[in-house]
Amino acid sequence: MKMNGNWAAMAAVIGIIPAASAAEITGKVTLKGTPPPETPITFDASCGKLNSAPVTTRRYQVGEGAGLANVFVYVKTGLEGKKFEAKGEAPLLDQVNCVYEPYVMGVMTNQVFNVRNSDPVMHNVHATPKPSTGNKESNLGQPTKGQVNPRSFPFPEVMVRFKCDVHPWMFAYVGVVEHPYFAVTDKNGNFKLPADLPAGTYTIEAFHLRGGAVTQQVTVGATDKKSLSFTVEAK
Amino acid sequence: MKVNVPSPWLHRFSVLTAFCTLFLICVGGIVTSKGVGMAVPDWPNTYGYNMFLFPFSKWVGGIFYEHTHRLVASGVGLMTTVLAAWIWLSEKRRWLRVLGIVAFFAVILQGVLGGLRVVLIKDELGIFHGTLAHLFFCLLVLISLFTSRWWTSGKVFGSLETLLNLRRRIVIALCLIFGQLVLGATMRHQHAGLAIADFPLAYGQWYPGTAAEDVARYNNSRLESVALNPITAFQIHLQMAHRFGAVLTAVAVVLCWRMARSNLSEVIIIQRFAIILVGLVLAQFCLGALTVWSGKSADVATAHVAVGATTLAVGSLFLGVVSRLCWARVHETESLPEPKTASLLACSA
Repeated sequence: MKMNGNWAAMAAVIGIIPAASAAEITGKVTLKGTPPPETPITFDASCGKLNSAPVTTRRYQVGEGAGLANVFVYVKTGLEGKKFEAKGEAPLLDQVNCVYEPYVMGVMTNQVFNVRNSDPVMHNVHATPKPSTGNKESNLGQPTKGQVNPRSFPFPEVMVRFKCDVHPWMFAYVGVVEHPYFAVTDKNGNFKLPADLPAGTYTIEAFHLRGGAVTQQVTVGATDKKSLSFTVEAK
Repeated sequence: MKVNVPSPWLHRFSVLTAFCTLFLICVGGIVTSKGVGMAVPDWPNTYGYNMFLFPFSKWVGGIFYEHTHRLVASGVGLMTTVLAAWIWLSEKRRWLRVLGIVAFFAVILQGVLGGLRVVLIKDELGIFHGTLAHLFFCLLVLISLFTSRWWTSGKVFGSLETLLNLRRRIVIALCLIFGQLVLGATMRHQHAGLAIADFPLAYGQWYPGTAAEDVARYNNSRLESVALNPITAFQIHLQMAHRFGAVLTAVAVVLCWRMARSNLSEVIIIQRFAIILVGLVLAQFCLGALTVWSGKSADVATAHVAVGATTLAVGSLFLGVVSRLCWARVHETESLPEPKTASLLACSA
């Protein structure tokens, strides 16, 4: 028998099932088709010294089994009206060797995350959210190595772009959602959402910056373990 | 009538200030073409330093262009202040003294607009900043004309009717040139790169589709390695308007040249202005095409901005010269007495 979210919560309160849900969604995002070739990045003199190996754009990073990296996978619908707190250490958006690391990451609304300059060269951190979301554009200088500045966004937005105007090839994306149930695919396209997802029916979206969004509906019980497969088409 | 003869040094200084302003427009064009306008996030300081004490070792990447732009702008601001003071102290023509003051306030406004564009992070202010730059350049060029010997002692040629007809055509051409510059500034300050990547066709058509799926396809076909804003349907319409505007401007300028050649062939100064204007518009047309073919290469795009500014300035000079001749004809003189007011544009048959 299926138990909807409200019944599950009530059952947890009266002790029928453990209070902590252990539903788990994992999966893989694969790329279909042949992506266009990546463009080599031409560094300026100061950044060139930091990069001995060639660096390219990161439009489609494909690993084993056509697994697609840097896909932001998150619960798009099904958690409305619920409140969540961010846990753990503040996420880090780093600038290493004149490249943003990671290229794609996720945070919760109002969750503080850090932006660091790990380079011995000056950078500026220019967040360019869409005005329609309510998030505000910001721009700050990070002239010294090791400088860390906190950032947060009050409204959900998939994705907020960060860029460095000193080095125009440097940019990265942050997905902002109202809950902690998101993940970014690894180099082989695998992802795993946080394991305490409440039982319920959800729309899961896999969003790739070039390939676009693919969604699936999934229903999980309190202890279900589900594996999803998404296919993004190369455009 | 006592003729006011301005100091040749004042004229030379105003010409120098105008040339420095053109250089400033070029540096500003490079800043926007390279997409580094926000590389220095603070203003009037530079990364916390006093702008004039910012260490040269830190002029890296986009900071080099943006900081150079600020320093050259400061120099032009200083020169304009000196020019305005010089005019105020040495000129008898009240309207010219007022123009000097207008230039002074315009350069301050331009600096503040540039600074606020950075601090407030508003692309819209960048559009005003880019447009005012052209108008300010025109103002300095006209001040150079008004302080020249020709303005006070040149000879008068041409019939009033012909001059008035020519002036009408120049005004139309100037409006089109200015409209093109505004469109160009609007496109550049949206930081979306090339909205249309081919020329003379547009995505293989005479007028490209702008439905959502078309625009998504255009965006997906882009392979730039820098962070550009996505193309929108509005930007595509904007570039198409710029292309059609270029054709209209070329026609308007050629009509000016034809009238000058057939009706005012004896007036060398008018002949020269007409030919230079046609040459500039032709060069600008080629640079526009090259901007697309080069994938908006920063140097080509900047040359396109610089020639655009020069075209507007030469058109303004042309209008000034013809208006001056009109004014003299209305007052039935054979030489150029000093007009008491700056109402040159108001003269009519």
